[in-house]
Amino acid sequence: MRGRRVAGPIDMTRGRGAGGPHGSRESVLVAPGDDLGDSKELEPGHGVIVVDGRLKAVKQGRMMKDGKNVGIQPRRTAYVPRPSDLVIGFVEGMTNNIWFIDIGAPFNAILPLSLGPSKASFGGLRSVLDVGDAILCRIQEVEENHSSVATMKGMGLRKLKTGSVESVDPHLLGRVIGSKGANLSELKEKTDTRIIVADNARVWIDGDVAGIISARAELGAMMMKAKISEYGGDV
Amino acid sequence: MGGYGDVQMIDEKGLRMDGRKPSECRPIEIETGVVPVADGSARVRWGLNDVIAAVYGPMEAHPRKIQRQDRAVLDVRYNMAPFSTTDRIRPGFNRRSREISKVTAEALESVVLLELYPRSKIRVEIEVLCAEAGTRCAGITAASAALAHAGIPMTDLVVSVASGKVNGVVVCDLNKEEDNYGEADLPMGILPNSGELVFLQMDGDLSQEDFKIAWDYNMEAASHIHEIMARALKGGDA
Repeated sequence: MRGRRVAGPIDMTRGRGAGGPHGSRESVLVAPGDDLGDSKELEPGHGVIVVDGRLKAVKQGRMMKDGKNVGIQPRRTAYVPRPSDLVIGFVEGMTNNIWFIDIGAPFNAILPLSLGPSKASFGGLRSVLDVGDAILCRIQEVEENHSSVATMKGMGLRKLKTGSVESVDPHLLGRVIGSKGANLSELKEKTDTRIIVADNARVWIDGDVAGIISARAELGAMMMKAKISEYGGDV
Repeated sequence: MGGYGDVQMIDEKGLRMDGRKPSECRPIEIETGVVPVADGSARVRWGLNDVIAAVYGPMEAHPRKIQRQDRAVLDVRYNMAPFSTTDRIRPGFNRRSREISKVTAEALESVVLLELYPRSKIRVEIEVLCAEAGTRCAGITAASAALAHAGIPMTDLVVSVASGKVNGVVVCDLNKEEDNYGEADLPMGILPNSGELVFLQMDGDLSQEDFKIAWDYNMEAASHIHEIMARALKGGDA
């Protein structure tokens, strides 16, 4: 059943002109259902679908226009694993030969005995990685139904025995790292800590207690600043 | 259906008991991010109604028998707090809350892109803290804002509003007295960008002409509420 359209057109006047977002890179805040333009002139990117020849936003966030491509940088999003992602996970459970790892995604990843630490043996998984342990691992495979397989075979992949694991907003991960890792290097230097930023928006901070505390505070301030600059000081 | 004909709720100037014109809505405020631990949340204050919706997920659907291999399931729970009305409500689910949970889930399922999350569950909790007629509309509106706030992909927002008939006059957005003693009630769930309907119920009788007026009132109110909702989503918490 269809009535008349009751929503007004999206206000794109925050760009360079009232005629819509022209130019190479411009952005506007959008909500689901907002009309973003004609599909003959523009191409849908992330968070955009085409309905009856018009581009429609399906997520709340910032519309980014790069040439003809229109995408949405979502304001909030869940981490969706992709093969080769470096992730920090927590052991949630185990069978005789599989660990179940919480990687912050809708589904737990599995870590088979064959891809886990080499000293583990069938039936003795708990003695190597117990429930609650943090690990640094890599996503080896993601199936169509969202199941993923993690691996600890690789350089630097290990159990995280010291330090602290923090969570940040997945879409603001780029802000933590900065251009060519500038923000991250600055944070490491300033606080004298070792920091690993994983793709699942978890950050491992290691060092002395004072360093960890100050790095956590800096990280919090950095996230707050990123939010303020993105959304115009409305935190 | 005559209702309570002796209760006069429209004065000689055509105004309602709370001073509103027949086409006027109660004041509405929408706020997002009110439940920090949830993935998305929204609070709707609509007249004296106060409703909070929180969204969790997508997450693995448990028990496994509820999983769908090709899409996510939307688990909606509408609940009224025991203190939300003058008569204490017995805690827990009842027939009314089950019905409203079901119609809310069906209204939201038509906009949420569930096929993107196979085998998952998206949990939507709607809690009515203070009730003054129209809580199902406030609940659907809050749930829709909370889903958008959680970053769940949706083709449109859902705005719900009810019109009805009181003393022979069609009025928009019934208050408690009008809901209790009125002649009809027509809640609708509207997609503001396409004008499509995803939810419609009717309690009482409306003639074709009255139905058309109620429809127009609802569409107009939906436009107004959508503006408030979009403003909350675009400028609310980060």
